[in-house]
Amino acid sequence: MAVRTFLEAIRGALASEMRLDQCMVVLGEDVGVKGGVFLVTDGLFAEFGPERVIDTPLTESMIVGASIGAAVNGLHPVPEIQFADFIMPAFNQIVSEAARIRYRSNGTFGCQITIRAPYGGGVHGALYHSQSIEAFFTHVPGLKVVVPSTPYDAAGLLRSAIRDPDPVLFLEHKKLYRSVRGEVPAGDYTVPLGQAQVTRSGTQITVIAYGLMAHHALEAAEAVAADGISVEVIDLRTLRPLDLDTVLSSVRRTGKCVVVYEDNKFGGYGAELSASISEQAFDFLDGPILRVAGPDVPAVPYAHVLEDWFMVDPGAIAAAIRRLAAY
Amino acid sequence: MAEASIRVSDLAAAHGLRDEDLLRMYRLVALARAIDERMWVLNRAGKAAFVISGQGHEGAQVGIVSSLRPGRDWLVPYYRSIAGVLTFGMTPRDILMAQFARAADPSSGGRQMPGHYGSAEHNILTTSSPVATQLLHAVGIALAAKTLGRDQVALTELGEGSSNQGDFHEGLNFAGVHRLPVVFVVENNGYAISVPMSLQSPIPDLADRAAAYGFPGVVVDGSDVLACYRAGREALERARRGEGPTLIEAKVTRLTAHSSDDQQTKYRSAEELQAERERDPLPRFRRQLRDAGVLDEPREAEIAADVKAAVDDATDWAESQPEPDPATAYRHVFAEPDPAIGPEAAGGAGVRAATPAEGV
Repeated sequence: MAVRTFLEAIRGALASEMRLDQCMVVLGEDVGVKGGVFLVTDGLFAEFGPERVIDTPLTESMIVGASIGAAVNGLHPVPEIQFADFIMPAFNQIVSEAARIRYRSNGTFGCQITIRAPYGGGVHGALYHSQSIEAFFTHVPGLKVVVPSTPYDAAGLLRSAIRDPDPVLFLEHKKLYRSVRGEVPAGDYTVPLGQAQVTRSGTQITVIAYGLMAHHALEAAEAVAADGISVEVIDLRTLRPLDLDTVLSSVRRTGKCVVVYEDNKFGGYGAELSASISEQAFDFLDGPILRVAGPDVPAVPYAHVLEDWFMVDPGAIAAAIRRLAAY
Repeated sequence: MAEASIRVSDLAAAHGLRDEDLLRMYRLVALARAIDERMWVLNRAGKAAFVISGQGHEGAQVGIVSSLRPGRDWLVPYYRSIAGVLTFGMTPRDILMAQFARAADPSSGGRQMPGHYGSAEHNILTTSSPVATQLLHAVGIALAAKTLGRDQVALTELGEGSSNQGDFHEGLNFAGVHRLPVVFVVENNGYAISVPMSLQSPIPDLADRAAAYGFPGVVVDGSDVLACYRAGREALERARRGEGPTLIEAKVTRLTAHSSDDQQTKYRSAEELQAERERDPLPRFRRQLRDAGVLDEPREAEIAADVKAAVDDATDWAESQPEPDPATAYRHVFAEPDPAIGPEAAGGAGVRAATPAEGV
């Protein structure tokens, strides 16, 4: 197996899917000759040409809306939103249209599109190049939301998303693009949507995270292991549909749970997770479900010290683990 | 009407049609109107909670959609497209089933408000309520047709109110850039619910906006069915020749309130409403066909009886159909695995068969 960066794994999966599926197209801002602002689609234009790798005008609503129509008529579009922060003009097309087409047509129409969007902070992107936007979309039935954290999962989940007959929002943490490497098989493997993964086994506290936070959670677990605290870490990988079985079976064993997310704390994805755990595992809990999340300011500020202040880091997670362990 | 099938009046000949075609178009305008009127009766009788109407728009829709090829092209409608969807293959029963929100309603199985047409069987895309979103879907359908090398055109209908949404401009722009086979039909009835054109647009003709996107914009009298037919045919032929999109602005009248929940006398004067009756496409088309010798009294009576029978049948039949079972309300949030193939089918194994060589 070759060692690939997170970004290379995604690029490789896009290319291999395009080779397999003649109906797959990629469209978005700068995805063509330039290969995307992060170079995720680099090389696709040269291999597949302008009809399948389409540089669009700066029109996020059109990028998604036209993808919906194209999917209805036989293409398998994989639109890219250049930064997740810019997805808002497409919100109506994603929520009112893509996510509802199947339901509102009583199952007679579908929408096979995978919307890729780089998200997340810690890259000096400030308010509009750092946002975590998953909570807006995980609220919506009819939409699948995927957040990989490793190169292996990124490629495997992306293939599953592209082949899925329903709309998928595929969120790629920008900070992982080049900072994380891992083994990626050359073959056409997939990782199924809707399955969380236990990335570290432990007995006393369950830490649930996704994306960049899945890595920070592992670091925190390692740090507190020195204090004799045994932490189990779950990487959700898919936020919706949520693999609640894996979550509950862990929490019922450990009796304590920390939920980690980079987004603003209030009303974030972790709030739903906490509520579901409390509804279904209350009798097993030996302490409060703690949330470690971003502060409730509108978005990540730019100055280095302010960004550091915003971002959840392994230390903050470790502190929460220690606090909960003391219960 | 056997002789009509071979008769070609001067009026028909001038359009490359037979009298039979003109009578079929007349019947569709009359049928759409009769179904529409029935929907209001059902609403007032307490049998249908909501009506959104196409009265006044039927001539434009029948005229333009008549050149769309069933089973090949796509119609992306909006909530006033009753005549358009009838022209493109949906039936009076289909419409009334939606009006009664029955389980077998092909548009949505009773999930959507009436007027939100859709039929996978007829290449009529499912409709939502936010306006102008569908325009981008038509653009995408056309993009797929071009990319896959299919001889298809997408035609979408919208109101003039929708022409102020961002999706309208984003869609026209992209269609212009790629010269996509798509036809945009703005049915301008002068009002976005209560907001008049004078507050919607600084220019009187929305068709002029096409110039900004590099393709023709055409204004047509939406009360003149055959003028609409000519405009639609020309736009569709242009798209099929690979010459790109056309924006057709059909100036129509809205003969009813916006919907059954609107009272238009609050913002339209009695004089205006009276004057607008003169722009009703149905009597105008009737007079035109009479004057051309295409329609005589016996034929007119025959069509009227046929239309009434169709509407009565659709009403009675739809009303007798079962309502949706609440036990099914969780279905179709996502694709359902085919039990014959297993859950892997939902993973797209089937879609791999689709290739650019696949025809329509």
